[in-house]
Formats: sequence, structure tokens, C-alpha cells
Amino acid sequence: MVETQIYKVSELTKLIKENLETNFKTIWIEGEVSNLKIPSSGHIYFTLKDEFAQIQAVIFKTQRKLIRFDVKDGLSVIANGRITVYEARGVYQIIIDYIEPKGIGALQLAFEQLKAKLAGDGLFEEKFKKKLPFFPKKIGIVTSPTGAAIRDIIHVINRRFANLHILVYPVKVQGDEAAKEIANGIEELNKFDDIDVLIVGRGGGSIEDLWAFNEEIVARAIFASKIPVISAVGHEIDFTISDFVADVRAPTPSAAAELVISSKEEIQKDLHFLQSRLKETLLSKIKYLKKSVELIISMCKAYAPLKLIQKYYQKIDELTSRIDKKTHNLISGKKESFIIMYGKFLEHKPTHAISRYQEILGLIKNRFQSGMKSLIANYKKEYLKRFEILNFLNPYSQLGRGYCICQKSNDGSLVKYISQVKTGEKLSLTLKDGKISCEVD
Amino acid sequence: MKNEIKFEDAFGKLENIVKKLEEGNLSLEESMKLFEEGINLSKVCALKLENAEKKVEILIKGENGSTLIKPFEKFINEETDE
Repeated sequence: MVETQIYKVSELTKLIKENLETNFKTIWIEGEVSNLKIPSSGHIYFTLKDEFAQIQAVIFKTQRKLIRFDVKDGLSVIANGRITVYEARGVYQIIIDYIEPKGIGALQLAFEQLKAKLAGDGLFEEKFKKKLPFFPKKIGIVTSPTGAAIRDIIHVINRRFANLHILVYPVKVQGDEAAKEIANGIEELNKFDDIDVLIVGRGGGSIEDLWAFNEEIVARAIFASKIPVISAVGHEIDFTISDFVADVRAPTPSAAAELVISSKEEIQKDLHFLQSRLKETLLSKIKYLKKSVELIISMCKAYAPLKLIQKYYQKIDELTSRIDKKTHNLISGKKESFIIMYGKFLEHKPTHAISRYQEILGLIKNRFQSGMKSLIANYKKEYLKRFEILNFLNPYSQLGRGYCICQKSNDGSLVKYISQVKTGEKLSLTLKDGKISCEVD
Repeated sequence: MKNEIKFEDAFGKLENIVKKLEEGNLSLEESMKLFEEGINLSKVCALKLENAEKKVEILIKGENGSTLIKPFEKFINEETDE
């Protein structure tokens, strides 16, 4: 009879344990996560399964820190670990040291997960984006003091001759401490009340190198910053969570510097434009007023009183002589017919006809005289009207309204342009009630 | 610089003055006054823009938690010297 070996439970379990634990020391396994539990101990317990089987799995708290993404039910994963047997309950499980999502990289998944989470919390919303400062005076930069980012930024500033005041908050930009240091830097620089804008970033690198900028703590710090934040991480093609939370994303650190400088140059341009508009408007106003004064002067010359009086005298003379001539002609004409009539009268002696013709003659004379008088009176009225206008337009009467006539003291010549005078030259300003002597300075 | 008006305020004032002048319903006297004010403001603005210093500094944490600000170039040189 063959001797049958009878094991005690613990003996068998010990053998199984030894067997399993030596044969499955480091294995790779793929499956779907289900039944996930994370008790307060911080360890992660779940079941890994495929269509036909399942195995208990655990990720201990110490390992959990190394996993960037959140392990979730339904996730297909590839894990590395070892099999252990829990003797007290007769179960075996896999203790996982490393886990990554199947299909996409772990970092990629972590990125997507955090992005979705923060988006859900509203951190990327447009309404929270702060405007970059109107005119940046002092810029805080959270980056590595020995990295490419600060070098590039200083290079741009030197090349653009920009006078910017930069305060660097030195941090590690990669490694375990990086995210915490960066978040701290953002917080610390927020304590300076004279910093107008923050640049947070680093030069290019692998996705692992840039990882700190994909950490929630950095995202939260950027979101909490009262100072507008420009995120400037890596190269154009690198997108990080910081870029989404920041008020402005610059494709590179150099671009961030350009952004800040050009906003200052924009202001400078606006200022120059305002200055020239200021000068233009006043100059055109003066030009307009000067033209008006010149017009008034030329009108005064055209209607100068003496000239006008002469003109009207001449006209009056001319009219008088014309009237005289006409009257004379008429009279002489009538005289002729009178003589004829008189001859007829002498022939017929009609005494009443003579007196009638005398009457008619008197009437004609009267009409011509009164016509002439009203003509002269009319012209006189016209003249007086013009004279009144003239008086109104008289340049001297304008002096009471704030204008003055500016003359050089030495020769009395009129000063119309700034170019006519030199510093130190004496000027005489004629105002309504007198003159002021002054000097150009 | 004594004039402690904020750049943004000075700039805003200047913009208003130019607008007022351009509307043109002012007497010569008023225009001159505004012009003079505008020129002064634009000088203040230009000065403030140019006065911004080109400075690169670094914040250094002291042992006892105090913070020190040092010129950046010097800091870098010290680092490399050591």
C-alpha cells in the first residue's frame, strides 16, 4: 500500500505559498479593473478580470504615490507585480508595483483625467481669465534659475531693448519637488503688490520633464493667483494643464517675453498717437482762428472807411452829373417845343396854354430833383449799414475776447509763427486795455 | 519723480483731454489750458514708460525664512564660481 501523505492545512498552504511566490515573483498581467475599493488605509484593492477568470489585486499606499493617474473601475490595465498568498484566509492575490493603462500611456491618461476634473471644477472657464496688465512694470517669473526659459526670456529682453523689471522665483522644474515648489513660487510672488504679471514655465523636455506643469497643485495655484499668469511651458507643441488654467498661454518662454514687451510697446504707440493728436487739434484750431482773423483783416481793407466814402462820393458825383445832363436835355427839348408853341401861341395867343406848359415844366423839374435826393439818401443808408458791419469786424474790438496782437518789441513786426522768435527775445502783447512786455523763454 | 499720479490714470486723463479738444466746442483759452495739461500728462506718461528699469533679480530664501532679493546675473555668477 502506497503511503498516502496527509497534509495539514497550514502545511499545504505553506507549500502553495512557496510554490506560487517563487514561480510568480515578477509577472506581467493584463485585465480590467473592477470592484475597486480604497479604504482609509490608502491601499487600493480591486479585482482584475477577463472573460473567464479573476484575481484579487492590491496596490499599497507606498506604490500608489508613483502612479500618476487614477485607477478606476472598467479601466483596462497592464500591471507588474508578484503573487502572494494570504494564509489566514487561503486566498492568493497579486501585489502590484507598477500599473499603466492599456492602449494609452499612463501620463496621457493622468493628463486627461486631471483635465476633465479641473474642467469640471470650472478652472478653465473664460470668465475667470484675467486680462494681461495694461502696462507691465514688474514681472515675476517662476522657473529654474539655470534653465533655458529664463535664459531665453533675458535674451528676448536684451534683443528688444525692453526695460522690464524681472523678479525670478527660483524653483526646480522637474522631479518630485518641482510641482510643490512651483505652486509655492506662485503663491509667494502674489505677496508682492508691485508685480503685474507672472510667467510660469520652463524650457522644452519630454512629457515626464514637463510633468510638474500637469500637476493639480500647480493648476490650483495658478487659478488662485490674483496676478495674471502667463503659462510658458516647453515648445509650441507641448500642452500642459497649466496652459489651460493660465490666463494666457504662451507657446514658449520667449513668446511670453514678447507678449509682455509688445503690450508695453502698444502703449507707447498709443501715447505717441495721443500726443500728436493733441498737437494737431490745437494747431488746426489756431490755424482756423488765424484764417478767420486774416479774412476779417482783408474785409476791413476792402471796406476801409475812406475808400468806401470815396467810392460813394464818386458814385454820387457820377449820378449827379448824369441827372443834370438828363434834366438839361429834357429842358432844352421842352424849350424847343416851347418856342414852337410860343410861335403858335403868338399866332393864336392862347394864354392859358402857356401857363399849363409852365406848370408841366415845374412838375418835371420837381420829380427829377426828388428822385436824385432819394437816390443819395439810399446810398447814404447803405453806407451806414456797411460802416456798422465794419465796426463790428474791427480787429481791435476782438481784443477783449482773449486774443492779443503779438509784436516784436524791437521793430514792432507781427509775430505769427513760433519760428519768428528766439529765446530771450522781447515781445509786446497788445490787449484791449494796454500792452504787456514779455520775453520768450 | 514727485508726480505720483498712476500711469493708467494719467493715460486715461490724456485720452479724455484729446477727445474734448477734438470735439472742438471750446474757446481758444480753454483749448490752450487743456493742451497744456495734456502735454504735461503725456510727458508724465512717457517718463513713466521710460523710467521702468531694466532689472533682473532673483528671490533667495534665507535660513530663517526671510527673503532676499539679489541681482540675477550676480547670483548666477556666484553659483558658477562656487
